[in-house]
Amino acid sequence: MKVPEDTAFRSQLRSAAVTARVGTWLGICFTICFVTGLISHYAQNVSQPIPFPTSPSWGYRVTQGLHVITGTASVPLLLVKLWTVYPKLFARPSRDARKLVLEVLERGSIAVLVAGAIFQLASGLANSAQWYPWSFSFRTTHYAIAWITIGALLVHIAVKLPIIRGALTSDVEDTTYDRPTATEPGALSRRGLLRTTWVAAGVAVLATAGSTVPILRRVSVLGVRSGDGPAGIPINKSAAAAKVAPAATSSGYRLTVAYGDREVSMTRDELRAMEQTSERLPIACVEGWSASGTWTGVRVRTLLDLVDAPRGSEVHVVSLQQAGPYKRTVLQDGFADDDRTLLALELEGEPLALDHGYPARLIAPNRPGVLQTKWVTRLEVSA
Amino acid sequence: MRWLQVVVAALGVVVGGFGAWLLLSRQDLDQLGNAAVWLAAGVILHDGVLAFATLLVAAFVLPLLPRAARAPAVVGLVVLGATTLLAVPVLGRFGARPDNDTLLDRNYVAGWLVLAAITLVAVVVASVLRSRAGGTRGPRPGGRRRPHRA
Repeated sequence: MKVPEDTAFRSQLRSAAVTARVGTWLGICFTICFVTGLISHYAQNVSQPIPFPTSPSWGYRVTQGLHVITGTASVPLLLVKLWTVYPKLFARPSRDARKLVLEVLERGSIAVLVAGAIFQLASGLANSAQWYPWSFSFRTTHYAIAWITIGALLVHIAVKLPIIRGALTSDVEDTTYDRPTATEPGALSRRGLLRTTWVAAGVAVLATAGSTVPILRRVSVLGVRSGDGPAGIPINKSAAAAKVAPAATSSGYRLTVAYGDREVSMTRDELRAMEQTSERLPIACVEGWSASGTWTGVRVRTLLDLVDAPRGSEVHVVSLQQAGPYKRTVLQDGFADDDRTLLALELEGEPLALDHGYPARLIAPNRPGVLQTKWVTRLEVSA
Repeated sequence: MRWLQVVVAALGVVVGGFGAWLLLSRQDLDQLGNAAVWLAAGVILHDGVLAFATLLVAAFVLPLLPRAARAPAVVGLVVLGATTLLAVPVLGRFGARPDNDTLLDRNYVAGWLVLAAITLVAVVVASVLRSRAGGTRGPRPGGRRRPHRA
């Protein structure tokens, strides 16, 4: 079969007037994805030279929800945008050597942009459904390729700036930037195609966002979670997966709080006999789902005071789980000293379910779910 | 505008270069190879398979439809096609785990069928409305009236 030339594509819908308009929204979505992704990456860093804020408590819930929502909306936007420029893939290279070099550079930057954009959306969507059909590290790679994609996007915008400006400041039916052969009407008008794209993006969001926007739960038939779970909160890692059940239900369980060589150990009943505090705080996962619950337990700061650990100390939180990167997490001082940060024993007035971290779990405001350590057995402050 | 282009492009090269360094410096060669496969696969699947399938539908399927149904069908295909594509991970339930019934806890096939049915109904209704509007456009000769019932 003969490979077509770009002149073979005749639909006038494949026009820069359409591309620039869809591209603007795609650029906005990618920017939100990038910024919220940086926030999430930083929130998970052990070292935070600028302390991650503990307020508002729902901050991470909103930024990570936005991350996944704008990423999802980007799928139809990217598909339509790529459709409008598809003929350019078949444009014949220039014969002028100098022009050719520029073309190669530009097409190279676009190849990086397209590969990066598709990769980010595909890997992000798979991650949100906890599907990992690859051997690279998701967090490292998704983060690095975000920078690469945004870099390629900036180069692309720079190269196309005159056309973008021209196209956006003239009517959508304007043909100034069209390929000469793109003259045949399509099944839709240009406005019709744009409206279709916005509707597709809207449907994509409505069909999935219920995992993090409670009001949409019934509508989001394709959401990764219905929002159900023990005490109304879903679970990311089960006790079975973490292999903690025997240790977590053993009568030998103790919570140890340590500061230097000072140590205090308590049973769960002794923890319950301490002053109990209730806080309404969300669990907001990196995968984009979130849910709020009322947690009851002992303030972490109160526990640290038992061993006279000074304010401003970083706390190492150790879980009963035997392996995995979140067996031991760092609770930065801002979170440790916040009055809303609890070692929770109950959720919605019921003892924690084993899958929610029984006998005791950490819950802090404005923190990624992976760092809300479950099955906590030790809080440690270095002297 | 020239200087703005140069500044933005230079910023893009720096940002992208930082990303490339992050990518290359933090994983071993096997992982990088796998990431490269995924990067390339996305482009090939889009440009070679999905875009080509779209061309085939436009060339061979749309012309089979009545004229009034073509625009609604395109709208329906874009909406349902994009949503289906992004729902592949949940439709396949690839990440489901026997020990966690709060994950992927919906009947996604049923949900998708409802979405597809709504789309189909909308396409059919829009097609019928368009074909009626097309058939009744302009003044009708004869002035046929509804029979009047007393």
